[in-house]
Amino acid sequence: MIILVASLILFLVGLYAIITKRNMIKVAVGFSLMEYSVNFLFAIVGFRPGALPPILQAVEAGKVYSDPLPQALVLTAIVIGLGVTAFMLSLILRLYNRIGSFDLEEIQRLKG
Amino acid sequence: MLELIVLLIFMIAAGIVAVEIKDLLASVIALGAVGFAVAIGFIMLAAPDLAIVQIVIEVLSVVFFVAVILKTTHVDSTLGRPYKGGDIFTFVVFGMFALAFVYFGVRLLAGLAPMSRELGQVASHYLTQGLAETGAVNRVTSVVLDYRALDTLGEATVLFTAVIGVLAVLRLEGRKK
Repeated sequence: MIILVASLILFLVGLYAIITKRNMIKVAVGFSLMEYSVNFLFAIVGFRPGALPPILQAVEAGKVYSDPLPQALVLTAIVIGLGVTAFMLSLILRLYNRIGSFDLEEIQRLKG
Repeated sequence: MLELIVLLIFMIAAGIVAVEIKDLLASVIALGAVGFAVAIGFIMLAAPDLAIVQIVIEVLSVVFFVAVILKTTHVDSTLGRPYKGGDIFTFVVFGMFALAFVYFGVRLLAGLAPMSRELGQVASHYLTQGLAETGAVNRVTSVVLDYRALDTLGEATVLFTAVIGVLAVLRLEGRKK
């Protein structure tokens, strides 16, 4: 239980960065933090005490495995997260070349 | 479970450093620390496939961040500016979001007894029949590449779309008007 709550706190740190920070790089960092915490939460949910990785063992009887389904879906989510981060960073780089800073308030002054 | 709690405390501390520090390069490196801690946590949680992927992705994402910062600036000039009325509004909005999130998160966790639950029907089918049906020794691979291969196709689509988007945004020459 305390582990789940701790990963929710990590999510809240990322949410704090996204909502209150005025630097675009900080917003991207907060986005990555939220992504990590959700991935970690899924891995925790799929784990059972004393579980082995879901890879076939030589002797099958009596072995406890962790849940392969959340692991497979988180595998997809991690890779997609990299694509999202790369796209976000390219937009940030483009905006920096346009306005000369990472400040979000400068962008609000751009009108078309 | 103690080592997982220690690891999560380290992750939260590194996350707060990444959000609050003035030097953007240090912020990105703290983010990398969180990512590698996540990889270690995946190993503790019996998910070696996730750990391998997480390390590769983390290295790439830190390289992307550092490349952007080297091309621009590494000083966060927005820190230390005095707060105005609108900034207080953002903090209020964050408080509301956080309260709603904590409320629904606790409700979710109450119904989600961690680390003791029985496997669902689908997961136990994957575990018991995976070798006979797909021939894959690694059950995660059998899910990714056989049972849910369409999901993986969608993942590849998203990844290529992101690559096309990055190329389109970073193209040096705009279209001639």
